[in-house]
Amino acid sequence: MRAVLTFFSSERSTADRVVPPTGFTARLTLFTAAAMAFLAVFALALSLATGRLAERWSDSLARSATIRISAAPDQMDAQVAAVLEVLKTTPGVASSRVMSDDEMKGLLKPWFGPDLPVDALPLPKLIAVTETSAGVDADGLRLRLQAEAPGAIFDDHTRWRRPLVAAAERIRMLGLMSLLLIFGAMAGMITLAAQAALAANGQVIAALRLVGARDAFIARAFVRRFTTRGLIGATAGMVLGMIAVAFLPSADAAGAFLTGLGFSGAAWLWPLIIPPIAAMVAFGSTRFAALRMLRRIR
Amino acid sequence: MIELQHVAMSYGGGDLLRDMSLQVAPGSFHFLTGPSGAGKTTFLKLCYAELLPSAGHLSLFGQDVRQMGRDEIARIRQRIGVVHQDCQFLDHLSLEENVALPLSVNRRTADPGELRELLAWVGLKRQAQSLPPQLSGGERQRAALARAVMMSPDVILADEPTGNLDWEMSLRLLSLLVELNRMGKTVMIATHDLNLIRQAKAQVSARVLRIANRQLHLAGADL
Ligand SMILES: Nc1ncnc2c1ncn2[C@@H]1O[C@H](COP(=O)(O)OP(=O)(O)O)[C@@H](O)[C@H]1O
Ligand SMILES: [Mg+2]
Repeated sequence: MRAVLTFFSSERSTADRVVPPTGFTARLTLFTAAAMAFLAVFALALSLATGRLAERWSDSLARSATIRISAAPDQMDAQVAAVLEVLKTTPGVASSRVMSDDEMKGLLKPWFGPDLPVDALPLPKLIAVTETSAGVDADGLRLRLQAEAPGAIFDDHTRWRRPLVAAAERIRMLGLMSLLLIFGAMAGMITLAAQAALAANGQVIAALRLVGARDAFIARAFVRRFTTRGLIGATAGMVLGMIAVAFLPSADAAGAFLTGLGFSGAAWLWPLIIPPIAAMVAFGSTRFAALRMLRRIR
Repeated sequence: MIELQHVAMSYGGGDLLRDMSLQVAPGSFHFLTGPSGAGKTTFLKLCYAELLPSAGHLSLFGQDVRQMGRDEIARIRQRIGVVHQDCQFLDHLSLEENVALPLSVNRRTADPGELRELLAWVGLKRQAQSLPPQLSGGERQRAALARAVMMSPDVILADEPTGNLDWEMSLRLLSLLVELNRMGKTVMIATHDLNLIRQAKAQVSARVLRIANRQLHLAGADL
């Protein structure tokens, strides 16, 4: 931490100029930092989007359930009434509502087309149940329904919700792991670039040691350079990545089911942490490379 | 200032130098001579802790070199001005910046008046803005001397400072070193130029060390 502070506070004079300008490693570092920041924006977008998705699925779906009633037409109304009666006395039920024929039509339309004669079909009745955050004791409810309305089947969506949530969470973990890998690869490449620069400047380092320069001074000359490049490159990459994400085609047209791979609202601030992290990675890896190299020159 | 007790030095094979004992007193003037490859440069490197002795005891300013950390070595080098055999400049910085380098690496800036005076003293005032590769051999060696005395060190170690100079320029450089010695600086010059040593003896009481048979000998009063 102290190293970081003195690093930014000291004046930029000869300390910067003692290392001759190096075109190749400079461009390599800029490019690496930019490319990695660009990728990091996507990994971040992926993690945030799947995080949102998993939350949406586990949260809103957990609160909703359906009861499907299949019965002979003459018994249907009695069974529906019985189910509603049971629900009224079930703890954890916030509200329940029988779906109208129009709603059913809407649900079935994607599969059977708009001309579906709902009245002529022996469709089951659906009751949408909204649970409180405490939730319903699913097994208990099933037992009671069996007794009161044998044609009613309670479906709390866990069957298909769980694997989806698990998949979303796994993808989010992969996204976060990609972020780690991206910064790790960046550290590796910047270390290599710094090592190349240090090796090319062996004469300079020897001359500096000869006139009594301390390791900290020499290391700082290199570290400052690579940190600046890492910061500039990563900022450029981040901006490009954010532009690319902003211009992704919206997924909302396909329904909220697939939440868009992008940032929403305040999440747009998240990519802003990429350049500082890149700068810290560049700082750490150059310092590591410099101090290791210096140990070989007395 | 510099004290050796039974110091030996080897680069890995057998001993290049062995059983060297010497005490360099403050204000003294030493020549170090011997054939090429005898180990003069190696000896000087021991004296500014670029090399560690493989045996024996070597202390600089009362400090054992083996006990010194890297920052302590850096601090010692602020008190020992070195004219390196091949000068060792930063080729992308001007002569002036190179001469001021010992100050800059300690985050100090040279007083412009003093710097100009120093460059005038070695006769390089006009070349202040030149880059080292643009200088002649003699100019480079005078610049290296100016850089070595920038910090007003107690000791000046010069490795073949007249190596590629003509006789006139050699004398000029020698008189600069003699002048420094008169100001109280300890001076040690490695050279194989016996004429230079004779010339110096006329101006200053110098001791001559000779490396022969891998050992350090104090040469007699006359050569
Ligand atoms: N870094 C090194 N590694 C191995 N051998 C070296 C090294 N430096 C010098 N030598 C050898 O040590 C011997 C003395 O070298 P040096 O001290 O430069 O002699 P001088 O300065 O008297 O000409 C030479 O034979 C040289 O080859
Ligand atoms: Mg030599």
